[in-house]
Amino acid sequence: MTDYSKIDFSELTAVSDDEVVTHSYVRDIPLASGKTLALITLDNGRDHTRPSTLGPVTLLELNDRLEELKVRAAAGEIDAVAITGKPYFLAAGADLSKVSEIPSREAALKLGQLGHYVLGKLGDLGVPSFCFINGLALGGGVEIALNCDYRTIDAAAPAVGLPEVFLGIIPGWGGAYLLPNLIGIENALKVIVENPMKNNRMLKAKDAAELGIADVVLAPVNFLEDSIKWADGVLGGKIAVKRPNQPGKLERLAKWDIAIGIAKKAIEGKIGTTAKSPFAALELLKAAKSGTKAEGFAREDEMLADLIAGDQFHASIYAFNLVQKRAKRPAGAPDKSLARKVNKVGIIGAGLMASQFALLFVRRLQVPVVITDLDQARVDKGLAYIRDEIGKLQEKGRVSSDEANRLRALVSGTTDKSDFADCDWVIEAVFEDLAVKQQVFAEVEPFLAETAIIATNTSSLSVEQIGANLAHPERLVGFHFFNPVAIMPLIEIVKTPQTDDATLATAFATAAKLKKNAVLTADAPGFVVNRLLAKVMGEAARAVDEGTPVPVVEQALAPIGLPMGPFELIDLVGWAVAAHVQDTMVREFPERFYSSENLHALSKLGGPVVEKDKHGKVTDLTKEAKKAITVGKSPVDAATILRRVEDELAGEIKLMLDEGVVAAAEDIDLCLILGAGWPFQAGGATPYLDRVGASERAFGDTFHHPKIVGLSA
Amino acid sequence: MFVDGVRTPFGRAGEKGMYWGTRADDLVVKAITGLLERNPSLPKDRVDDVAIAATTQQGDQGLTLGRTAAILAGLPMSVPGFAIDRMCAGAMTAVTTTGAGIGFGQYDVVIAGGVEHMGRHPMGLDADPNPRFLTEGLVAGDALNMGNTAERLHDRFPELTKERSDRFGMRSQQKVQAAYEAGHLQPDLVPVAIRSEQGWGLATEDEGRRPGTTMEGLAQLKTPFRPHGRVSAGNASPLTDGATAAILANAKTAKELGLSVKMRMVSFGFAGVEPEVMGIGPIPSTERALKNAGLTIEDIGLFELNEAFAVQVLSFLDHFGIDDEDPRVNPWGGAIAIGHPLAASGVRLMIQLARQFELHPEVRYGLTAMCVGLGQGGSVIWENPHHKHYGKGR
Repeated sequence: MTDYSKIDFSELTAVSDDEVVTHSYVRDIPLASGKTLALITLDNGRDHTRPSTLGPVTLLELNDRLEELKVRAAAGEIDAVAITGKPYFLAAGADLSKVSEIPSREAALKLGQLGHYVLGKLGDLGVPSFCFINGLALGGGVEIALNCDYRTIDAAAPAVGLPEVFLGIIPGWGGAYLLPNLIGIENALKVIVENPMKNNRMLKAKDAAELGIADVVLAPVNFLEDSIKWADGVLGGKIAVKRPNQPGKLERLAKWDIAIGIAKKAIEGKIGTTAKSPFAALELLKAAKSGTKAEGFAREDEMLADLIAGDQFHASIYAFNLVQKRAKRPAGAPDKSLARKVNKVGIIGAGLMASQFALLFVRRLQVPVVITDLDQARVDKGLAYIRDEIGKLQEKGRVSSDEANRLRALVSGTTDKSDFADCDWVIEAVFEDLAVKQQVFAEVEPFLAETAIIATNTSSLSVEQIGANLAHPERLVGFHFFNPVAIMPLIEIVKTPQTDDATLATAFATAAKLKKNAVLTADAPGFVVNRLLAKVMGEAARAVDEGTPVPVVEQALAPIGLPMGPFELIDLVGWAVAAHVQDTMVREFPERFYSSENLHALSKLGGPVVEKDKHGKVTDLTKEAKKAITVGKSPVDAATILRRVEDELAGEIKLMLDEGVVAAAEDIDLCLILGAGWPFQAGGATPYLDRVGASERAFGDTFHHPKIVGLSA
Repeated sequence: MFVDGVRTPFGRAGEKGMYWGTRADDLVVKAITGLLERNPSLPKDRVDDVAIAATTQQGDQGLTLGRTAAILAGLPMSVPGFAIDRMCAGAMTAVTTTGAGIGFGQYDVVIAGGVEHMGRHPMGLDADPNPRFLTEGLVAGDALNMGNTAERLHDRFPELTKERSDRFGMRSQQKVQAAYEAGHLQPDLVPVAIRSEQGWGLATEDEGRRPGTTMEGLAQLKTPFRPHGRVSAGNASPLTDGATAAILANAKTAKELGLSVKMRMVSFGFAGVEPEVMGIGPIPSTERALKNAGLTIEDIGLFELNEAFAVQVLSFLDHFGIDDEDPRVNPWGGAIAIGHPLAASGVRLMIQLARQFELHPEVRYGLTAMCVGLGQGGSVIWENPHHKHYGKGR
């Protein structure tokens, strides 16, 4: 068994000299019963914009306080220990910026051991321990709570969660052992594995209590007073703590392994087997069924060290920082103060996409939105859809009836383009055809103020050409959404050589108000996401054309860990759209993009093109589809396809960077993560391409210097 | 009917005080929630109004405190509220005003109380007195300084010596300590979580008490208002943070909801005096309250007099011919030891009188009275429901 007290942790504090230390303050609280509770407050001395985090120096200070309290408990001076946080935060977990700086596996091992050493004391003080979860608790913050004997939670705590698996690691300060033994295996799977994989979903206080993470939810108004009173009640035996979700013998015998097996199959079905952290978590959760706490902690130590030392964790932290930081300050965006106010929005088109735009703009901007189309019937249909959707939001309780009335009153339709006269922002959502887009803008522009912004949602046409006939092309900007519009978080903002800064600034401000992340791209074919997806689809089509069976092609890219295989993706975006995008890219770059007759044949099929399993994964083409295509006789294996895709992607991304399509490789990765769901563990694309050698093969260098790789490399 | 009252522990005002990191509105919210919690049979939507007093109504003591506190305390949005100000008699006025509303049949149940965070809102902060007070000689320049008005009382009544004031101050400290040891005060205190640089703590007792006070020690204290004066920190109430809240109801509703009745309001009176000697304000206000009740001072069996200054209480006692150490007067001490968070104090007097009524069923009537800045006094006479003749006429 690991004797944590014999370990020298100075290696960790050495790399943590600039840690924002969260201090542990102790005050004695006299309880109504006459007992004394020692209350530890975790407080980093910063305001609410800097949550308390748990670095090595923080942990060692907490350790000192806990040692002192253990002595006082033995001396009978205190009857209980409780731990809570500064206002709004318990703790946001380990300081990730520090974790990624850890120099070796040996040091990574110590990080887990230090957490176990210190937090483990909360369960071994000689008196009962309580955690008063007064606010946000993530990762190590939740593990502080789990290591205590009892937990209360503030009903207003905004988020409770164990996001480790999302970041490529596992809850390694007791969480993977303690949680399933507290709330049962199925609930623990939900918190440790499922939620992190659902875009890092967090729990509200009520959910945390229902799952059994907290013993009681207390109102915010007197949270600390009531927590202290509750603790007094528990100490005096007046309050009996019930934990219905705590696993019993039956669950361990009958349910545990089955639940793990089901979860494993679900993950494999959803994202394949490439990502390591979910499976590492499953292994720990499975083992938590039996054995001692010390054994569980030791398993976590080793697993955490392996993962911290690995490539995927480092790529995940890179990706996490992109999404958390770079996405909030888009590279190349002009000064915010240049943005114009958008007080009315005009949408050209009343089809499904246009209606979805109208709904999004009216909800987020809360300004009048007017839609237009060729005839009143189309306009009315669009309006009916929008009003229906607002009604659904109201039914779900997402908007109040007053709010729904407000939104409905803000949306109007017209066939008279002069009704666009006072719009500050006009966006088109018409057929993806240059002449059509040019024409609709030509019709509208004469009615618009000179400062009104004109935006196009084109996915593959040249924005500059769309604006070729405009009187004021400087106010035209590309504003490329991803489907489904309401859900996908990315907008590619496309700058033409004429686009002025006020227009660009307004586009970024509008994207932010729509709660989307925007990335600035040049007016290059396919911008970022479609250009690279066209590469992937082209290689998939090439392999099929050569005679490779679809199942082989569909599985070939699994090692990257993409959310879906190439044909599943094509089936999602639509075969006609995919063929159109492919055509555009081939037209622009005939030497680099693959044109497939078979793809066109499939897009004209009409009926279903692919067969799918219960997870929605493509298993093969339909019989009809197979008949519709002509294939060669030189099939390739999966490794060849993977290597081709990797090399093509690396080469294309390098070209894009050289052409200045985006400011940096980071923006490519951000687009792929937010616009196409590419995985954190690959860092989007470029860290992966560097680490598998594709960058070296394609252009003799890497995207990142040093490469974003694990400690063992 | 005075159904019940609670208060926060009172804290020393200022950076070293326990509530320095706590908002004023949070203090009164804790008092209200504590009050509601121990009266669970009162449905929250039956509260007809919430009157909360504060003297310096700005910042976290502004924004129509009664309404904001009601919302923050979790009362339904249907419950209205308002803010009230009569300086030191704020909470007392909240009680008399809403109590009168009950008497007139317009309310069934109300919450009345007050708060003063004198650390965050020092007396007179940002006040802008009309220059006419001075130019027309309406009020002496030093009448807005309460310490000076206390020195002026010593001038007016030479028989009120510093020694008598000091002794009264010391007795107040001793009586409060004895009451604490007997556990008389703690049951009505609502614990408050307090944030400090040393982490979270819990306020459970009044912070400003000095049980070790001696006459010798008091003699050494400075007299900040005059060189060689008579008013010192030892015979005056300290600057204090705290909040109070009480439930009032008519008899019918109290019975319907099963609420306790701790006191019955018999009468009240407010009166004005020269601002320069504001400390004698309770004399005419008490005379008015006695007249309204048809009682005389001999009918009063217990006195809860706010000890803004010892000299000011002594002037009252002399006027009515009551001994300095009469056991009926502030039996558990007063503001000199406990503190005086201006607009909160009125209800504290009532809370303590209500407790004493329980212990003294032989007493039929009690008085709560206090002096008020700018020359006022406020008095409320209460009847003891535990008395054998309660409700049976005189």
